[in-house]
Amino acid sequence: MERNLMVAGFGGQGILLLGKLLANTASDYTDKNVTFFPSYGAEMRGGTASCYVVISDEMIGAPLGDAMDDLIVMNQPSFDKYLFKLLPGGTLFINSSIVTAETDREDLTIVSAPVTELALELGNPRVLNIAMLGVYVGYTDILPAEAVMKSITELLSKRADMLPVNTAAFEKGLEIGRAAKK
Amino acid sequence: MARIFMKGNEAIAEAAVRAGCRFYAGYPITPQNEIPEYMARRLPEVGGNFVQGESEVASINLVYGSAQTGTRSMTSSSSCGISLMSEGISFIASARIPAVYVNVARGGPGIGAIQPAQQDYLQATKASGNGGFRMIVLAPYDVQEAVDMTYAAFDIADRDRNPVLILADGVLGTIMEPIMLPEEKSPEEVKALKDAKRNWALVGHRPDEKRAMIEPGRFAGQEPANIENAKLYETWDKDIQVEEYLIDDAEVVIAAYGISARIAKSAISLLRKDGYKVGLIRPKTVSPFPYASFANLDFGKVKAILDVEMSIPAQMIWDVQYAVRGRCPIETTLRSGGEIMGRDQILKAAKELCER
Repeated sequence: MERNLMVAGFGGQGILLLGKLLANTASDYTDKNVTFFPSYGAEMRGGTASCYVVISDEMIGAPLGDAMDDLIVMNQPSFDKYLFKLLPGGTLFINSSIVTAETDREDLTIVSAPVTELALELGNPRVLNIAMLGVYVGYTDILPAEAVMKSITELLSKRADMLPVNTAAFEKGLEIGRAAKK
Repeated sequence: MARIFMKGNEAIAEAAVRAGCRFYAGYPITPQNEIPEYMARRLPEVGGNFVQGESEVASINLVYGSAQTGTRSMTSSSSCGISLMSEGISFIASARIPAVYVNVARGGPGIGAIQPAQQDYLQATKASGNGGFRMIVLAPYDVQEAVDMTYAAFDIADRDRNPVLILADGVLGTIMEPIMLPEEKSPEEVKALKDAKRNWALVGHRPDEKRAMIEPGRFAGQEPANIENAKLYETWDKDIQVEEYLIDDAEVVIAAYGISARIAKSAISLLRKDGYKVGLIRPKTVSPFPYASFANLDFGKVKAILDVEMSIPAQMIWDVQYAVRGRCPIETTLRSGGEIMGRDQILKAAKELCER
């Protein structure tokens, strides 16, 4: 089975890190094949950033593309720009705190999570990406949540003070994702 | 050894260090910047040297100088930066110095686009500088292959005393994948590799011994040098590497290399599920080119060849045409200028040809 994801949002929202954590987890804690392809170029804080993650049981041929199973949009411009890439039957994950537009496409499942607000409530606006990572993992079960948490812990090995708020964000996200599945 | 999750550029750099590369000079350009960045950090750990040249011209000439002493040396750049290195590459080939360089290709011509492309094919395979020299050019299609080919490239360069080019692209440079790294050569092995070149390298020699590498002095004239080089190039049939994928019953054969071939391969598995008989010939060495793979196709069965490249106009198609010699139609499906090949595009083009 192959599942591909595009993550898009503002530069500074931790878009690439979200994708990288997923890919890293797949590489380190599973036997699956995985690719992580970032957009690159004149990217900057406040500009747009995006990346593609493909996780597969087989060889990954097209590591990026115009036919996505899942799309995470963290801001409005990404919603406008990339929605067409979602395949019929695809799942759209929306940062509903700041993405307010609605789509008339009826062939999608939409999972809304107010991750900007959630991060602010937790006291650190930067953890919105970790919250969304939780939502994605909770909804898709693409990787074991414990393994993703291990990757987060490893990443923060030198910033242990940041671990509690990241853990809280991830768990909160997981709850939202799991609830949306039901 | 456990697999490790690495970015293409960094994996190429690590593979070079493990192969015994102890000198790197380069100048920044997207999308290969992680190669010099990684080398700057990594080479001092193994007693190697990293230099950020003041330009691409300086960088290739630093490599030229370093490689003359027998040290395994490398540079990298992207498309327009590679063009700037042409003079140095030609001089290295003229002096028959082993060196490895990497082109993480982007769009062109000129400054082009920073996104991935395959628009340097003819430059890479036919004329990377003046004077009609040739090189072995390896074209990886995933990060693992980029690692393995980089590792092997140093051996080939030493064997032939000739530059070797790794022709990658912006996708392979910037993508991250799990890979297995090759074994790291020990300090003793690295020293032995250098010592083995003492019979020609500039490591100190008697004044009456002629070892002028900058103005090659090994020959009475240019023509004998050309003849000797041509003899080397003729030995390269054994170095041809090609992947022939599901071509036995194929009605349409895709011709593609590098990242386009990888995308094509995933398209083929979908096409096969729908009963379309499509195969792939993927040159892994684009120089020497696997002409025989195309020439030996069963043209009673093959309706058409579909040339898939990220270059408009197509470039590898010249080599395919040379092998096919009009025995079946050759069609193309192309992207260019930094636009990445789509699987859907290949699916559509291949289906049309099958249904013809």
